[in-house]
Amino acid sequence: MSTNHRGIVVEGLVRTFKGDIHAVDGIDLEVAAGEIYGFLGPNGAGKSTTVHMLTTLLPPTAGRATVAGFDIAREGADVRRHIGAALQEAALDTFLTGREHMDLQAGLSGLGKADRARRGTELLERVGLIEAADRKVGGYSGGMKRRLDLAMALVHSPSILFLDEPTTGLDPQSRSALWDEVERLATDDGVTVFLTTQYLEEADVLADRVGIIDRGRIVAEGTPDELKRDIGGDTVEAIPADPHDLERAAEVLARFGERAAHSPKGVAVRLSRGAEQLADIVRALDDAGIALAHLQLHSPSLDDVFLTKTGRSLEGAGEEDEAAEEPVPA
Amino acid sequence: MRRDFTTVAGAVLRRNLIHAFTNPALLIPSAVFPLLFFVAFAGGLSNVANVPGFDFPSGYTAFQFVFVFLQSAAFGGVFTGFAAAADFESGFGRRLLLASPRRRGIVAGYVVAAIARWCFTATIVSVAAAIAGMHVDGGVAQLVALVSLALLVNMTATLWGVGMALRFQTLQAGPAMQIPVFLILFMAPVYVPLDLIGGWVHDAASYNPLTALVESGRGFISGVPDVVGLAYLAGFGLVALGLVWALTGLRRAERGV
Amino acid sequence: MTSVLDQVGLVARRSVRRTLRQPALIVPTIVFPLFLLAVNSSGLSAATDIPGFPASSYLDFAITVCFVQGAMFAAITAGTELATDVQSGFLNRLQLTPLTRLAILIGQMAGATTLALLGAVTYLAVGVIAGVDVKSGVGGAAVLIVYALFTAVAFSGIGATLGARTGSPEAVQGAFPLMFALFFLSSMSMPRELISIDWFRTVATWNPASYLIEGMRSLVITGWDGTALWRGVAIGAGILALSFWSASRALATRMART
Repeated sequence: MSTNHRGIVVEGLVRTFKGDIHAVDGIDLEVAAGEIYGFLGPNGAGKSTTVHMLTTLLPPTAGRATVAGFDIAREGADVRRHIGAALQEAALDTFLTGREHMDLQAGLSGLGKADRARRGTELLERVGLIEAADRKVGGYSGGMKRRLDLAMALVHSPSILFLDEPTTGLDPQSRSALWDEVERLATDDGVTVFLTTQYLEEADVLADRVGIIDRGRIVAEGTPDELKRDIGGDTVEAIPADPHDLERAAEVLARFGERAAHSPKGVAVRLSRGAEQLADIVRALDDAGIALAHLQLHSPSLDDVFLTKTGRSLEGAGEEDEAAEEPVPA
Repeated sequence: MRRDFTTVAGAVLRRNLIHAFTNPALLIPSAVFPLLFFVAFAGGLSNVANVPGFDFPSGYTAFQFVFVFLQSAAFGGVFTGFAAAADFESGFGRRLLLASPRRRGIVAGYVVAAIARWCFTATIVSVAAAIAGMHVDGGVAQLVALVSLALLVNMTATLWGVGMALRFQTLQAGPAMQIPVFLILFMAPVYVPLDLIGGWVHDAASYNPLTALVESGRGFISGVPDVVGLAYLAGFGLVALGLVWALTGLRRAERGV
Repeated sequence: MTSVLDQVGLVARRSVRRTLRQPALIVPTIVFPLFLLAVNSSGLSAATDIPGFPASSYLDFAITVCFVQGAMFAAITAGTELATDVQSGFLNRLQLTPLTRLAILIGQMAGATTLALLGAVTYLAVGVIAGVDVKSGVGGAAVLIVYALFTAVAFSGIGATLGARTGSPEAVQGAFPLMFALFFLSSMSMPRELISIDWFRTVATWNPASYLIEGMRSLVITGWDGTALWRGVAIGAGILALSFWSASRALATRMART
């Protein structure tokens, strides 16, 4: 393992808990300096455990990893000097103001008094919290708390930033604002970002490369486009107007490709020639006398990738009791 | 109609009892606190019985037992109020309101649950008193009367707590439930009879409705009944006030459903 | 690079700020002991007629109970605030900085200690206004405040141990009855020699809390009683050492950072 590597290198990392629970079951990955790496998986897949180990908060049971060139198990203090982390909980004190948080974080990171004030103001402006800086955090919205969390993680200008589900629970506007800031950090400041998420869109939009984790193991890794290309072409999904026609619709569509993930009321197949086949499909369904309520063509999603690799859909994989309309595996 | 009321009350009672008796963290404090007070007061302050003018025939242990007995009833009611607040905070209370055809049954359920829980505490405190060699000079009927006074205190405290829970629907109302009860308890003749209390506390205790209940209870245990009429008047009066408080709280909660 | 002292200062400042911004913490700490003092000093005023009672006023005798209760509140506050930091993940945030465990521990107690100081000064002021006669004079009153703070810090260590171990503010508050028990089964309400129930007197004699209280009380009702003072301070120092050691161990287990 090269210790000159300024990004993240993980080899055979394992973390077990009491009761023989293998939360992380031997993962290997490499994140280049300046890259945004998306770590995608359902609840309980091992994402947060991995982040806790890489940020030195949890010792690994086995395996090795270096962050910014330092070993996470033996050079923890050095790792911490080079990283910033915004973990799953916003971890703020509701009785302190935003500015007081920044002052505390900056002081603990070693900045002198004058530098603390300057750096605090700079970061609060950057994340759009300067107006609310002197209000207690207890009155902040979820989005504001996340932004403050991010600002605190950046106070000592880390070269590597860990974000553990940073947009969970945020409204679309706040989510989008956070994405913009993460992209800017990587592009303009060259910060390496290790981002965990359970949102497909987030990984798709933000990440240069994605690692998909399930039950403690990485099941797929690559750029979003590579991963989707690997599993095949576009998918067409048809929802018949009359639910009784579902089986006949499935028989018709089966002539055009292999079954793919679909909603409970519909049927889907993966096409070999994509949109070209759409007209033939419509004609075939019409000839069979099947009226449609809905017809959609979409390119493979990361959920399709997850489904192909694990046999389960990502959306709902972590919540087995959910009664939502989960795609039914092909 | 009647069946709906008892069904609802029964459901609340059952849930409360299961929750209380399967959670040591809930059950133990309600038993430990009164026991602690009993041991500290009857044990540590036992020499107070030698204060000139202190003339209680059954001894200081019995004197303190009555206060602690009533105190345990009061706190038992407050703890049930906490449970009701927790039910509403978690959303379960809202479900109860939506599902119950006879919502007053909810209040009744908490009251009966509090009584059941208090029976457990009362047994522990009584056994401790017996082990401590407490003298009981009152007869069976008088001891039953003492228990009836405690039940009135328990019901009042429960209705107070449930009324608060229905209004605030959060455990953060806990201190607001507890403090007034604590104040009323401690502005009664805790350590010595009313006529031996000095200062402003004597005046406060003279007007405190709980004083009559405490003094009457002490009368029962010593076999020399005292201020019985006043005690039951105060007791039933407090229950009536508590009922109004709880039912108006219920109406408020219903409006929010 | 910030020194350990700077680190403690930063954490302490935060702790004091958050504590003093919570009226729900401050008001009970100040009001509750004073209320009980008022009730007890009236309710037990006749106790001074018991032959051998060491004070002419039960108010003088009982004022030190306020300081003891203040110490209990400090313990619960310290424990609850540390537990909240564990629960909210704030401790993880602190772990990612160069902050040492000792700095976290000492800094965290600052809020509770400040609260105890506020309480102690208030109790003494109210007591003096109500007529408490501190036999050891102004110097003794100052020593009383220091002694009360020292006791509060010692008990804050116990609170911090619970907070670090459980990570649950509710569990820390659940320990309150046990602390209550410790003080109730002591010579808090009656001098040991006047406790007529043998087993209770034995328990009070073995209970370290009795000596803490008696040391404090001696400053008010006796004057300068060297024996009572050194016993109380020795017990307090022992509790302090033990509680800080256990809090440190508990925090070490909680802070699993490499």
